Amino acid sequence: MKAYLSRRYRFSASHRLHTDAYDAAKNRAVFGKCNNPYGHGHNYTVEVTLSGQVDPVTGMVCDLGELDGFAQANLLARFDHTNLNTLECFKDGVSTTENLTVEIYRIFESFTAARLERVHIEETSNNSFDYAGNAPAISRTI
Amino acid sequence: MIFLTRKAEFSSAHYYWNDAWSEQENERVFGKCANRNGHGHNYTLEVTVGGEVDPVSGFVVDLKEMKEILEREVVGVYDHRHLNLEVPEFKEAVPTTENIAIAIWRRLDGKIPNAKLHRVRIYEMPDLFADYYGEP
Repeated sequence: MKAYLSRRYRFSASHRLHTDAYDAAKNRAVFGKCNNPYGHGHNYTVEVTLSGQVDPVTGMVCDLGELDGFAQANLLARFDHTNLNTLECFKDGVSTTENLTVEIYRIFESFTAARLERVHIEETSNNSFDYAGNAPAISRTI
Repeated sequence: MIFLTRKAEFSSAHYYWNDAWSEQENERVFGKCANRNGHGHNYTLEVTVGGEVDPVSGFVVDLKEMKEILEREVVGVYDHRHLNLEVPEFKEAVPTTENIAIAIWRRLDGKIPNAKLHRVRIYEMPDLFADYYGEP
């Protein structure tokens, strides 16, 4: 039987929305207060959804300890208490949560014990973002 | 089709253990969940059903009837119980979050009048949940 497992992780980071492709006035116009040159920060919540057949012996889609270990090494150690703009993945791209969601999806694609379905990130309690890869959207959206 | 979700909560004890394995193997695979004295959670259940809105009542399902069905079929059986020791479906299956989602689906499938069971979501903790859509 195929089931879906979702796990939430939290990290805190600073960032600034800015692109060298725009002049200072346009950066302020487009990014508003997120363009503050000193940066600002968020408590991000990352929800990762994986799917797979439930192992008839363990009752699990995948080993949660293994998933948490992967997330600790590849997500939290990399992003928590950092300035996102200084990270390699945002060298050429704006550190929006859209771009962050795609990057974190790519990271969890390397976790091979279950199939990655979706990455959902809450930047604040009012803003959230989803990425399910380039595959056609699955119907499991509610 | 309109989807409607009803929540319910229950608190239960459980442990993860496979009798076919040694104590060391159980501890290696299940970690602290293998403690045979058990531990517990406040579970949050979300049951989503889909159906057409009745033109007269404006309902997909009668919510108080759905509440009674969840109470009778799930909460009344699981709440303040030890899942391994007191709930028949976990005599054999390990009461992982995944297996609880599947077991609740089986308890509810076909029991909700005028609506089709769409999804069972069970939160073991706010940061961990499993979904089951009845897929083989």
